Amino acid sequence: MASDLAQGVARRPIALPGGLRPAVNVTISVAVVCAFTVLVGLFGQFSDRAMVVGVLDIGHSLMLAAALAGGAVLARRQRMASVLIVALISGAVAGGLVQALVVVARWANLRWMLVSLTPVTLNRVGFLLPDDQAALVLAASGACAALVGAGLVLCGPIPRRIVLGALGGVVCAGLLRELIRGILGGLGGVDDWGFTYDGLLPAGAAVSAAIGALVTIRPGAARYAQLPPRVKLGARLLCLLVLLALPALTNDFVAQVMMLVCLYTLMGLGLNIELGLAGLVDLGFVAFFAVGAYTVGLLTADATGAGGHLTFFAALPFSIAFAALAGFLFGLPVLKVRGDYLAIATLGLGEIIRVLVLSDMLKPELGGAQGIVNIPKPALFGFVLSSPTRLFYMTAIMAAAAGYIAWRLQHSGLGRRWLAVREDEDVAQALGINLVGVKLSAYTMGAGFAGLAGGIFAGMVGSVFPQSFQLLVSVNVLAILVVGGIGSLPGVIIGAAALIGAPEVLRDLGEYRYLIYGIVVIAVVRLKPDGLSPKAIRQREAL
Amino acid sequence: MTLLLSATGISKRFGGLLAIDNVNLAVPKAAIHAIIGPNGAGKTTLFNCLTSFVKPSAGEIYLNGARIDGLRPDLVASHGIARTYQNIRLFPDLTAIENIMVGLDAKSPESLLGALFATPAHHRKVRDTIARATALLAAVGLVGRGDRLARHLPYGDQRRLEIARAMSIDPVLLLLDEPAAGMNPVESHAMLELIRRLRDEFGLTIILIEHQMRVVMGISERITVLDHGACIAEGTPAEIRENSAVIAAYLGARAAKHGMDALERQG
Amino acid sequence: MPQAGFLQDWLRRATAVDWFLLALRIVVLAVVGTGFVAGLLHPRYGREEWFSFLAFGLTIGAIYALIALGYTMVYGILRMVNFAHGDVFMFGAYAACFSLIACNRAGILNAYPVISFTIAVIVCIAVSAGIAILGERIAYRPFRRGRSLAPLISTLGLSFVLEYSARGMFGAQNKSFPTMPGIDGIVAFAGFSVPRVQLVVVAAAVLTMIVLTLIVMRTRIGTAMRAVAEDKDAATLMGINVDRVIVFTFALGGALAGIAGLLYGLVFKQISFFMGFFLGVKGFGAAVLGGIGNIPGAMLGGYALGLVESLGPAAFLEGLGVTAPYQLRDAIAYTMLVMVLIFRPRGLLGERLSTARA
Repeated sequence: MASDLAQGVARRPIALPGGLRPAVNVTISVAVVCAFTVLVGLFGQFSDRAMVVGVLDIGHSLMLAAALAGGAVLARRQRMASVLIVALISGAVAGGLVQALVVVARWANLRWMLVSLTPVTLNRVGFLLPDDQAALVLAASGACAALVGAGLVLCGPIPRRIVLGALGGVVCAGLLRELIRGILGGLGGVDDWGFTYDGLLPAGAAVSAAIGALVTIRPGAARYAQLPPRVKLGARLLCLLVLLALPALTNDFVAQVMMLVCLYTLMGLGLNIELGLAGLVDLGFVAFFAVGAYTVGLLTADATGAGGHLTFFAALPFSIAFAALAGFLFGLPVLKVRGDYLAIATLGLGEIIRVLVLSDMLKPELGGAQGIVNIPKPALFGFVLSSPTRLFYMTAIMAAAAGYIAWRLQHSGLGRRWLAVREDEDVAQALGINLVGVKLSAYTMGAGFAGLAGGIFAGMVGSVFPQSFQLLVSVNVLAILVVGGIGSLPGVIIGAAALIGAPEVLRDLGEYRYLIYGIVVIAVVRLKPDGLSPKAIRQREAL
Repeated sequence: MTLLLSATGISKRFGGLLAIDNVNLAVPKAAIHAIIGPNGAGKTTLFNCLTSFVKPSAGEIYLNGARIDGLRPDLVASHGIARTYQNIRLFPDLTAIENIMVGLDAKSPESLLGALFATPAHHRKVRDTIARATALLAAVGLVGRGDRLARHLPYGDQRRLEIARAMSIDPVLLLLDEPAAGMNPVESHAMLELIRRLRDEFGLTIILIEHQMRVVMGISERITVLDHGACIAEGTPAEIRENSAVIAAYLGARAAKHGMDALERQG
Repeated sequence: MPQAGFLQDWLRRATAVDWFLLALRIVVLAVVGTGFVAGLLHPRYGREEWFSFLAFGLTIGAIYALIALGYTMVYGILRMVNFAHGDVFMFGAYAACFSLIACNRAGILNAYPVISFTIAVIVCIAVSAGIAILGERIAYRPFRRGRSLAPLISTLGLSFVLEYSARGMFGAQNKSFPTMPGIDGIVAFAGFSVPRVQLVVVAAAVLTMIVLTLIVMRTRIGTAMRAVAEDKDAATLMGINVDRVIVFTFALGGALAGIAGLLYGLVFKQISFFMGFFLGVKGFGAAVLGGIGNIPGAMLGGYALGLVESLGPAAFLEGLGVTAPYQLRDAIAYTMLVMVLIFRPRGLLGERLSTARA
């Protein structure tokens, strides 16, 4: 950074600040990112979804975001006013390039190879305009976005926060419209002026922008900080209560989303014990999730090879126990394997379990590809937890209990031993810590958490299929930890909300969510290795 | 005089390299015993053998009459051997007091259920652990620094903390790998005092590896000299001072006539 | 060392875990042994069938070996698992597939099959090497000095980016690989018959490995690679540009994976965006089996894994009375992978790792 600045100062006499290369690089990068969104079909998927109705669709918002980021990168390299012009030109050229690529793609007609390049999509890139006008519009909007991006870097922190907050507000409102509509509708039907079925209306956008800006500048934050801690705690509890009441007040969709977030939080807590505390990379986490789910399935459903007909809550402890036992038995031989080999070995375990479950060999017992169906809904004293809202509360209570246990464990002597083993195995062992025992305890408990989550999952869905236990689940949970900050309990919740809640709300995202996951994980590991959760990183007091 | 540690015929081979060659070591209770030798003489490897970090290729090690060679390192630790490291190896992201508590916990683990349900017994246990950890911090002169992350401590404090951590498992034998390395004369004198006090107050037996002759000669009752993995001399400081083989190993044969004094002055 | 002394020593030091591992070994050997004997007592397959299992094992083994080579070279130098390597392979398969389709559309596939094949080889090598280099830039280089967890996670992320980009670009359905003229049909000799495509694949893989050996042993950059794998710091001191060597290693590994992708397409006739990950994991398993960092080891490990996977179900699962044993092929492969990691992490030929970290 410093050297970049120094370089800039040295070269100031040259007309183009910092030389031509950064500008060219940024221009090309922006165009490439835009082309990438079109190529992989992300643009096509979202080009008919409105961010703000009649103003902007989500597909083009992605492109504008790229241009904005490009402008910001340019301005960060070269903090002076003349960079605004460079950003303007870069954005315009990038916009023009995108349309040029569209023309080329139309001419080359590569649809036999690249399935996303449909004529409709290509036309949509240019707002269905003729090529020359489309190029102009794209260039103009690219230039504007890049200009704003550069301007945001150059201007003071307060305007920057306001603008970013407003933009963030609109983006959130636009993307999460279904959720927000659900909540607003549930709270008393005040949604008509801001949203239609198609999305956010301009009036709603304005309000969202205002709210977003308000949230970022936080008027009254200073006064709030002066409040006595008891009041602050009360405020926090109130927020929590409102959050918990949401599913009951609103619709099933909200409940379902929050239920999934809770479920993944539960799994995240388990993996956090293994990976965050004891430093064990486990990519076969899904295996224990599967063990838990199948245990509930077998013990409660009228399946072919099922044993008893327990109730859901009677079967749940077995889920935990069997998953923990599986973790113990697999961990015993495997845990002396070194770090990255452990990742591969656990990955292997996850696949072995999935292949076994799918096989005809165990079909009489586990149902093969048909799985186990007709798992009765959880019921407590005759009260059937049938609706998503009720299931959410059950999951939330379980997750809270698990969170309490995880918190107590983290701050126990065992937790310290886990940390010691993570930090330096040899030294920990020389202090008399039984490495296998300590790692095994982490692995077993993590597996137990996953088993609980699996059991809940089975009761929630009402059926268990091998297809539910792909590697993707393990990767989801790992991504949650990475994004939230490995080793941080609040981080698990934040990560789950960000990675499970958000895509669930954005249902059109479909399988693209994994593409986004990949990008987010790489970005977080590179840019914020401690995760996104604010100041939660290493808040470990002496006790 | 009863022997605490007796190691006979210890050898360690790494591929073609014989890092230690048939070394014997007999250390009585409550002794301070030094191991010296030029770089690469196999001193740290010997420590690694004693703590089972590596398994000796040959030889037997007895601690208090129990055979410990080749046992798992944590079992060796629970027999009562603790050590520090030449290049400090604390748990960098744990606080100073947590570093010590790891050892205390390992020695007498708290009940897991108690920790989960925060029982009164658990609270008592935690208070007790903290009190003992604080006492250990005080013993090495780190009062009031318990809440700092280990990696943020200054170098000398890190060395002391490492000793406190080794003490936390309540050992009978303490192995110190160059405890005064990189210290100025004042600091290394303080370290000397600390080591002597540990022996006197806690009744510990101490084996130390050290380069600084002043430290070694001033503190140890017996000295073992290693060179190229082999034991070339063993005796009291006075005997070692006069031993021509030792002087030759350190300074080359030609310097032997100038004696050990030069070496001591040079530090 | 006398045997009795060793046993005594083991008994003195053995802990519960050691006993458990011993029991595990015995159980695994007993299960495999029982199945094997039972299979021998009630032979279900004739010579013909065994031969075709063997041929298939060598074919799939060749593909594993090519993937394993990429892993082993990179791990030998950087000690990092590249989860995205399997997806480089997948992109190679797609590149080959599309270049053959393009040739077909241009009407030269049937007229000039050799030229088309050459084009496909060149394109898939270029694409795979390019993606491998890109991956090194994005997910490896920033972490070369960091903790070991970061690159592991970032390559996992990269793997997902590559997979789902491929899904978005080329479609979610399986893609059928174009049929090359001249490699269909069966070759019969000495009473055995084998699909011609398997011969082609094995031959191509062997040829590739010979070329690789020549590159590694005879060229300047190959020598530099070996030097860096031996000791990075020393290599730097000798004036070797370690960065360039690492990029070259990635490119070379990517090229091999690309060829593996082409061969995979020829054998299995179908490719999908998701196929790379687990083939990659198996390739890594093969690399560990042979001894990570060890180039001949990776080749051996690949063939060994392929053979076990192909012969295993018939050899001992059938004997155990397992229904539909071929569904468990993957389970055998992964079990073997886990067993190798537990019991012989140094591999068959011993590992060769860089002494100094990046």
